[in-house]
Amino acid sequence: MSSEIYRELILDYYRNPRNFGKVEPHDISARDSNPLCGDEIEIQVRVTPEKKIGEIKFTGKGCAISQASASMLTEFAKGKPLEWVKELSKEDIFKLLGTRDLGPARVKCALLSMKVLKTGTYSYLGAKLEDGQDS
Amino acid sequence: MKKDDLVVLTKMEHHSNIVPWQLVAQKTHAKVKYVDLDEDGILNMVEFERAMNDSPKLVAFTHCSNVLGTINDAAMLVRKARKAGATTLVDAAQSVPHMPVDVSQIGCDFLAFSGHKMLGPTGIGVLYGRKALLEDMEPFQGGGDMIKEVHLTGAKWNDVPYKFEAGTTNFADAVGLGVAIDYLSSVGMQKVRDHEVELLKYATEETEKVGGLTIYGPRDAARRGGVLSFNVEGIHPHDMASILDEEGVAIRSGHHCAQPLMERLDVTATNRASFYLYNSYDDVDALVGGLKKAKRMFEA
Repeated sequence: MSSEIYRELILDYYRNPRNFGKVEPHDISARDSNPLCGDEIEIQVRVTPEKKIGEIKFTGKGCAISQASASMLTEFAKGKPLEWVKELSKEDIFKLLGTRDLGPARVKCALLSMKVLKTGTYSYLGAKLEDGQDS
Repeated sequence: MKKDDLVVLTKMEHHSNIVPWQLVAQKTHAKVKYVDLDEDGILNMVEFERAMNDSPKLVAFTHCSNVLGTINDAAMLVRKARKAGATTLVDAAQSVPHMPVDVSQIGCDFLAFSGHKMLGPTGIGVLYGRKALLEDMEPFQGGGDMIKEVHLTGAKWNDVPYKFEAGTTNFADAVGLGVAIDYLSSVGMQKVRDHEVELLKYATEETEKVGGLTIYGPRDAARRGGVLSFNVEGIHPHDMASILDEEGVAIRSGHHCAQPLMERLDVTATNRASFYLYNSYDDVDALVGGLKKAKRMFEA
């Protein structure tokens, strides 16, 4: 872990989160929390007729890393096919954040939003999340 | 314990003094009640007295809160609980390592503390119990050494404490803990306590100068163990801990295994700086420097 993670970009997303809020009406809604730190993320999605992510927003509270990564993920995911969510990996999140040097204690903060998006999407698609697909 | 028996706890307990009683309550349908705190993190005595009127079977409380630092007047609480007919247990995990503690002065039935919080190894702790009670209790675990005789038809339990120490004793950790206790005793527990009070006073003054801090717990260092829990406006404790870590300052951030207390304080987490005999004024200065750096980073 180095304070490189607290680059201006991440702090900017933390202070001014993009896509913060609720989507009404929505097709997908999922929420999860990190029991260790109490970070919370809820993501809502409206799905287009082509089964793409139309509108996507998040709400939550927690540290700069969990909130910034959620905001970045919603921007990144907008317009992508739902099937794409299955392919999403932690490497994608590290790329968005611009670092993988998070340290074991903070990785969960960074990946919480991905877990939420996957949980919601899989449930919408009627598929089951397999071991390892959410982290 | 049986149906409708009452266990009285407080809202400042560590999960380790909540969850076991909830498990007991699930099994026996006993009830659990929590005594509230005042705004300064001190136990609300009006509520405590009221709970004593409900004839609790067991009263269990922390001697010193691991979050607020609040030092409870254990002898006074035990006196009131015993008068109400309750068995008493003191969680001394935060007091025994940091200050002189005398079970006969407190007068409790049980008192527990951990090895790893007092320079000792993990995986070992101490449970003190009044002998008469221990002799009345059944073993919680079966195995070697906890018996006097075993026959095909039954067994006769060994004497206290062997009755509760089934199997091969964890003697390696016991030796380690013994050495830690000898070391702390050679320093002197009152000296350890005095040192922490000095650091706590200094740290409270210096961190408050940084500005934007909310400090939780009693303001009077004499009523407080050597922990400083706080939040800084606009900076989540996990971010703060990561930034301080970079500065070589290790704090604990999170709910400190006291989620009901976090709910009571209406926060999800706090920062906590903890002091022990090896800490110095320089460490406090490093903490303050780190806090200022974090504020600069987040305010930019």
